[in-house]
Amino acid sequence: MAAVQETVDQVKAIDVDQYKYGFSTELEVDKAPLGLNEDIVRLISAKKGEPDWMLEWRLDAYRRWLTMREPTWARVAYPKIDFNDIYYYAAPKMNAAPQTLDEVDPAILETYKKLGIPLREQEILAGVQTSKVAVDAVFDSVSVVTTFKAELAKAGVIFCSISEALKEHPELVRKYLGTVVPVTDNFYATLNAAVFTDGSFVYIPKGVRCPMELSTYFRINERNTGQFERTLIIAEEGSYVSYLEGCTAPQRDENQLHAAVVELITMDDAEIKYSTVQNWYPGDKDGKGGIYNFVTKRGDCRGKNSKISWTQVETGSAITWKYPSCILRGDGSRGEFYSIAVSNGMQQVDSGTKMIHLGKNTTSRIISKGISAGRSQNTYRGQVSAHRKATNMRNFTNCDSLLIGDQCGAHTVPYMECNNATAVFEHEATTSKISEDQLFYCQQRGLNPEEATALIVNGFVKDVLQQLPMEFAVEAQKLISISLEGSVG
Amino acid sequence: MLEIRNLHVSIEDKKILNGLTLTVHDGEVAAIMGPNGSGKSTLSYVIAGKPDYEVLDGEILLDGQNVLELEAHERAAAGLFLAFQYPLEIPGVATMSFLKAAMNAQRKIRGEEEMATADFMKAVRAAADGLGIPQDMLRRGLNVGFSGGEKKRMEILQMALLAPNFCILDETDSGLDIDALKVVSEGVNALRDPKRAFLVITHYQRLLNYIVPDTVHVMAHGQVVKSGGKELALELEATGYADYKTLAA
Repeated sequence: MAAVQETVDQVKAIDVDQYKYGFSTELEVDKAPLGLNEDIVRLISAKKGEPDWMLEWRLDAYRRWLTMREPTWARVAYPKIDFNDIYYYAAPKMNAAPQTLDEVDPAILETYKKLGIPLREQEILAGVQTSKVAVDAVFDSVSVVTTFKAELAKAGVIFCSISEALKEHPELVRKYLGTVVPVTDNFYATLNAAVFTDGSFVYIPKGVRCPMELSTYFRINERNTGQFERTLIIAEEGSYVSYLEGCTAPQRDENQLHAAVVELITMDDAEIKYSTVQNWYPGDKDGKGGIYNFVTKRGDCRGKNSKISWTQVETGSAITWKYPSCILRGDGSRGEFYSIAVSNGMQQVDSGTKMIHLGKNTTSRIISKGISAGRSQNTYRGQVSAHRKATNMRNFTNCDSLLIGDQCGAHTVPYMECNNATAVFEHEATTSKISEDQLFYCQQRGLNPEEATALIVNGFVKDVLQQLPMEFAVEAQKLISISLEGSVG
Repeated sequence: MLEIRNLHVSIEDKKILNGLTLTVHDGEVAAIMGPNGSGKSTLSYVIAGKPDYEVLDGEILLDGQNVLELEAHERAAAGLFLAFQYPLEIPGVATMSFLKAAMNAQRKIRGEEEMATADFMKAVRAAADGLGIPQDMLRRGLNVGFSGGEKKRMEILQMALLAPNFCILDETDSGLDIDALKVVSEGVNALRDPKRAFLVITHYQRLLNYIVPDTVHVMAHGQVVKSGGKELALELEATGYADYKTLAA
């Protein structure tokens, strides 16, 4: 809790409820024509110089998508999206693919600098940054740079944009792409399959412990542009990787769509730790603008005793619709989901997880902390199922909701499905409100109302923050306080 | 020195304090006694600045400064401390972290430097030892799962650490067994200082055997109806509050 004071200072430093990542960058942009049709899909594929099978895969997805309907079961409300009023491809104009940072447009580098994302390896090595993290920077539809590639390659780790992976390692991509989230999984995943533009690709060979944290930083810059990224991470037998993604977008009046797909695969005894700090623009206090974050994330514990752990800190987006899930296929595999979802203003969150227990002795743990303030609505939706062969599976679920003020809502919708008599489910849920008495107590000891709220909220989310890599935990703690700015009094 | 002049207070349109006047000098321990509903707790909350109470008239001066113009956290930084009758739980916030946040928040308001962590830890450990508070309690969530006695001791620990110049103890004896009462009272007595004043609110004379007051004030119907020395408390113990209930009616 050393960061409490820092959090407090951060909160104090802000005048109004301003989104500090709301600036936009002026760039020359290569954009596809507005709207979606087969030609656009072909154009995206051609821009990326993809193999034929990839184009066919995309076209197949597009044709299926045309027959699908948007899901309506989530507890969110928004006007119908006109999918023909979106740009599906926007890329900063660059001379071919930049090989080094010096070839990247300085305006883009400046953008990441402003966002506090370290891209310059030499600065990181010189100790300007405290820890070494390799970064893949995705700007609108393309990856602009990936750092530390050479050093990772020494360990046999492949970390690059998915476009590059399609060129350099097509056999790996083809073998695994769409095997966790099938092309027709759901409306948005299918749309993503048709038009995904970039994202990260990670491959950890057998027995390798990835020597540094990997991270991808997503930035939406262009107006009316959707971001459809696709991430694929494969951890071979006995390997380990910790991966983090961050997301921001400029302040725009219109809503923008972000429909990503993330697929994780772990073989025997492998582990993937996937952390997200999602801070897309949430819209203004009246609900104007903001990102629609409709994301499909799923991990497949394919091997025995493998482990996938999702940790998410969700503070941004006008609407969040995401359920990072684990398919616990390998015997003895383990799935974890740790989530902090903060909603303020008019934000709507419908998020949770699915733990699908297929193998014997599989275990899962779900810790969800929802914090609602303003006029926001925050729903936890979770599914835990035990297959008939999932002998001795165990699940523990804990969902806590914290309400700030009296105009917000918290909802918990757990689904449980049990087909094996030996399965053990545990579920705990609480809803509490920051009481006036708690605030007064803290205030009587010298904390102002905002400091007091930050302190109480930090206490509430502590169990989950502890799951994040250290540097990000501090960052996330600040973010949560900023998101709740203006929610008191 | 705390001076309360002609204080009129209501909450949700119900009048609780009716022209209360009271002065507590530096170094003085003043006890406030009175029957249920006489306005004792309201008085402590109004001095500390709890929202919801409406001050209709009067003033509260702390060393000449009108605290009614300050928010609760500013009053705390000015040296006002209220030991709660029912201390609140703050889950997930380690007691040590809370103490540090409070300490530094007050210093910041006063324009002082943050306290060095090593000095802070030393101060907390010393205060905790004096009150028989084990170190592991400082790592637990503030007041979470603490017994009634532990919560009260934690209040006194905070008082010792924040070193206020005006302390209010709101029914600190409630829910304490005799051993805990002794420990807490010794903690308070150790803080008695010529520059520090105490307002001790209690129903019972018992607490005043351990924290011996300089003055005793009897409250009824939102006013101080009788003041005297410590013998007044003994007198009340013998006669009860019946006289005062009718006196101001």
